[in-house]
Amino acid sequence: MKELTVEATLESISVITDFVDELLEQYHCPMKAQAQIDIAIDELFSNIVHYAYHPGTGPATVRVEVVEEPLSVVITFIDQGVPYDPLAKADPDVTLSAEEREIGGLGIYIVKKNMNEITYEYVDGRNILKIRKEL
Amino acid sequence: MTIEKKENGSEIMLIPVGRLDTTTAPQLETQINAVSERAETLIMDFQQLEYLSSAGLRILLSAHKTFMKKANGKMIIRHVNETIHEVFEVTGFLDILNIE
Repeated sequence: MKELTVEATLESISVITDFVDELLEQYHCPMKAQAQIDIAIDELFSNIVHYAYHPGTGPATVRVEVVEEPLSVVITFIDQGVPYDPLAKADPDVTLSAEEREIGGLGIYIVKKNMNEITYEYVDGRNILKIRKEL
Repeated sequence: MTIEKKENGSEIMLIPVGRLDTTTAPQLETQINAVSERAETLIMDFQQLEYLSSAGLRILLSAHKTFMKKANGKMIIRHVNETIHEVFEVTGFLDILNIE
């Protein structure tokens, strides 16, 4: 298990992505799964940046573990900001035309579709969002 | 991300190289805005794009609408890899955008 705590800013997204990618490469993660995990990091970490401490900032921790049976990578995002459950929102209507489309909610929807599991809990003043992707 | 640009009269091609995400999407938006007045056809060549996130979808949807409103205007997306294709598929963007 490895973890990294950074400031919840947009600049930290690439730091977290590089940190996770380095670990994934050690496990010979397939390119496509790695791209999907990187997309998930972009969606989830940018949510923390925009909502957790708005309008200020604060710490965010990203923990990466590889678990067996089935071989999966589990990434946990932890912040101490306002309680925010991104899974509580209804899925967007993806059948609407270009004119009727709204972008809100698409990011978390992509993560739901691309990951094998996503869970949220609020414990001891912390938002804990966990994703699991089979390798 | 870097963005290459090729111009052929009113047809302008943008070739983003790398990752289209929260951090890089504003770059692409700036490039699109810079050409959207004089271009009739905007071609987005994704040959060298690794992936895109919803921040990229937002820029593409906005550009698509801009070009649909122009007389003879259109935006075409080419050379989409499997990961990007799946993002377009699950979000319903395959039905919205012109993807070749």
